[in-house]
Amino acid sequence: MEVYWAIAVRSFRRFSTYRIATLSGAFTNTVFGFIFCGVYLTLWHTRPGLGGYDVSDALTFVWLQQGLLAPVGIFGATTTVELGERVRTGEIAVDLYRPTHLMLWWLSVDAGRAVFQLLARGGAPLIVGALVFDLNFPSSPMQWLAVAVAVALGILVSFGIRYLVALSGFWITDSRGVESMALVLSLFFSGAILPLVVFPGWIGEVARATPWAATLQVPIDVWLGRNPGGVGSALAFQLVWIVVLGLAGRMATVLATRKVVIQGG
Amino acid sequence: MSVIQLENVSRAFTVTSRTGLRRTKREVRAVDNLSFTVGRGEVVGYIGPNGAGKSTTIKMLTGILVPSGGSIRVAGVDPSRNRMKLAKRIGVVFGQRTTLWWDLPLKDSFAVLQKMYGVSRARHAENLATFVELLDLGDLLDVPVRQLSLGQRMRGDIAAALLHDPEIVYLDEPTIGLDIISKARLREFLAQVNKDRQTTIILTTHDLDDIEALCSRVMVIDHGHKVYDGTLTGLRSSQSAPRTLVVDLAASLPPITIDGATVTKVDGPRQYLTFPTTTSAAPLVAQIAATYPLQDLTIAEPTIESVIARIYANPAPVTD
Amino acid sequence: MAESTSLRRAMAWPGQYRMLVMMWIRSSLAYPASFALTLVSTMLITGTDFVAVVLMFSHIESFGGFSLGEMGLLYGTASMTLGLADLATGSIERIGQRIRTGELDVWLIRPVPAFIQAVADNFALRRLGRPFQAGLVLVIALGHIELDWTVAKGIVLVVSMLTGSIIFGAIFVLGAAFQFISIDSAELANSFTYGGQQLTQYPLSIFGKDIVRAVTFIVPLAFVNYYPVLFVLGKPAPLGLPSWIGLLAPAVAVAMIALASVAWRGGLRRYRSTGS
Repeated sequence: MEVYWAIAVRSFRRFSTYRIATLSGAFTNTVFGFIFCGVYLTLWHTRPGLGGYDVSDALTFVWLQQGLLAPVGIFGATTTVELGERVRTGEIAVDLYRPTHLMLWWLSVDAGRAVFQLLARGGAPLIVGALVFDLNFPSSPMQWLAVAVAVALGILVSFGIRYLVALSGFWITDSRGVESMALVLSLFFSGAILPLVVFPGWIGEVARATPWAATLQVPIDVWLGRNPGGVGSALAFQLVWIVVLGLAGRMATVLATRKVVIQGG
Repeated sequence: MSVIQLENVSRAFTVTSRTGLRRTKREVRAVDNLSFTVGRGEVVGYIGPNGAGKSTTIKMLTGILVPSGGSIRVAGVDPSRNRMKLAKRIGVVFGQRTTLWWDLPLKDSFAVLQKMYGVSRARHAENLATFVELLDLGDLLDVPVRQLSLGQRMRGDIAAALLHDPEIVYLDEPTIGLDIISKARLREFLAQVNKDRQTTIILTTHDLDDIEALCSRVMVIDHGHKVYDGTLTGLRSSQSAPRTLVVDLAASLPPITIDGATVTKVDGPRQYLTFPTTTSAAPLVAQIAATYPLQDLTIAEPTIESVIARIYANPAPVTD
Repeated sequence: MAESTSLRRAMAWPGQYRMLVMMWIRSSLAYPASFALTLVSTMLITGTDFVAVVLMFSHIESFGGFSLGEMGLLYGTASMTLGLADLATGSIERIGQRIRTGELDVWLIRPVPAFIQAVADNFALRRLGRPFQAGLVLVIALGHIELDWTVAKGIVLVVSMLTGSIIFGAIFVLGAAFQFISIDSAELANSFTYGGQQLTQYPLSIFGKDIVRAVTFIVPLAFVNYYPVLFVLGKPAPLGLPSWIGLLAPAVAVAMIALASVAWRGGLRRYRSTGS
């Protein structure tokens, strides 16, 4: 276990050296936050209570979303993009011969990144948003705890998806296409372009059942206290996806290892 | 006729260092009051330790960097003011990074350079044929640059730098990381180009064999100052590094005693004696032959590495 | 004399740009299947924004006084102009990276302006995905708008696509010029380019008067598409501005070119005198 901790710490340190990039990223998130606030104010002004959110829920959604985009890795993350690159170039063979589990190794790398970006980029837009608008905050220690768990689980789900996408390069020659399709799905179904509660009819129902919903929409709803079935079922929903993606990831790792061992890469 | 002229050229950088919250600015002179001229067709080795000011000089000669003082003329123009005009008349090879397009086949890079430099099709074809043959590039033309080995890429880069018939070529560490055979081939090629086209070559390198093989003249720079400018032979004698006399005697003897030389090593019948460059070898040889059963003898010049190391250790600015 | 040589040099720029761009196009078309796939996914990725607008309209009839068709026109023009600017100049946003790897030095030793090489660098034809998608939205939107078309309105719409692209292009260049001062700030420019596109796809009046003032007088994003579209749709301009303010877009574009050119030259001069 120590080795994974060390990897995560090293990854955290690596990302903490990108100071200006982190700062510009937080600035961009803040600018987009204001744009979305203007849009959602108009939308919720026209249709108060849309999707079960009141105006301050909608605005809080915006700032949480902007803070979580990078840590959760909605647009993909440097770490899993590098993993995909290693698969494409064949350098992955080196990783497979290490006496560590491939998935845990990269999970540790991603965790270090996520924790740094959560600390450095997660809070900044929220603070700016809270200074300008009237936002909702969790009201009890229990709810804070639930938020922390939901965010952590959201990052795990996101990693599970990104890991599978990166490993697809073992079987698909042009895995960049898979990466872009994954980006489309992630943007659309995570709540990054519009809260999933606003998605109408069956589209909404499908969207809210996807693993992408578990990455962004669910943690934000835990913060807002707006999960349709309560916090317990929301966390259970995330856990189900973690188990499914974890098993799929493990299977993909085994198959990939066999492929490399037998075919030599 | 000189193609490069530098007069009292300086380049200072402001270095900001931060200690806690306090920022201190300090001026560093990467090149300080540097003057030299290079004639057409010369091959000059430009050497010095890391950070001595070599790259800064090359950047000023190509016009990338504007000097903070002094004047530069390259091929009759001020490089920093006529950078793009000068570009067509010079070629540059950066050993550490390629000037070729990473994702494109080698031949595509060459085709783009032909148009970029406005080289006539006929001349381009002629040059390309020559370089493909001399540098053995035939099999590499269709390979994307990123897939080339270091040596192959360097050959491609050198061809790219020469395709537009530049009058002056700057080569920055062209043999770094290459194997012995590639190095030898490259040196041979450069010597050929210099001979056939009267191309002026400025070569910065850490590999002193490059200099021995190619350069009629060496300039040594240290801390932004020129500390030597002359021939390689002159460089050796300038530092009075000791020479070595290797003496083969008829039998194994205890260390011999000679005025003006000392034995540093005995290896059976062979003895090694060192003596200063300022002393002539002839009287020593006569002395030995008169006293001991001398069978054979050779004089070893100091290695260039040892000479350069001595220059860096105690720089003595030369007067032109 | 000097004037005529610099003019002659400037005349060569389009040819030099085309030559470099053609080289990249040829290399991207070497794998047509892979190219088609990335083109389609670029269309989908950039199209999700408009899908969000369509989804919103399942709950509302008009947004800030704009119908869905009119929103399509705003979105289409915003996305088209950003897409074209990104296609033509977007590569320049990687200048910080190019400085760090020393590639800028390589550009500077060539007889083609560094600017031309920087905007043509790694020219990605797949970026056509955004203009394609925007064009599609525009065509559908124009079919849904009831409007008395006049020649003047048609000209304003077409010209505004060009001037809007130029304004966005200038912002890309300004962002790149800033990287000469702060090498890691690439993402900062995104606030103004991608953020600008996000902003201008909505009726700007919903963001309040301060924002409208800021994007009119400070960062003139309102001239990219908002004012020209207001003119075409015959809607009044905000802040009591005259309705013909949209006709000033070409003048704004020229001013932005001048500003971007000064900034780029300044950045390059700084690089060439500090070596960093």
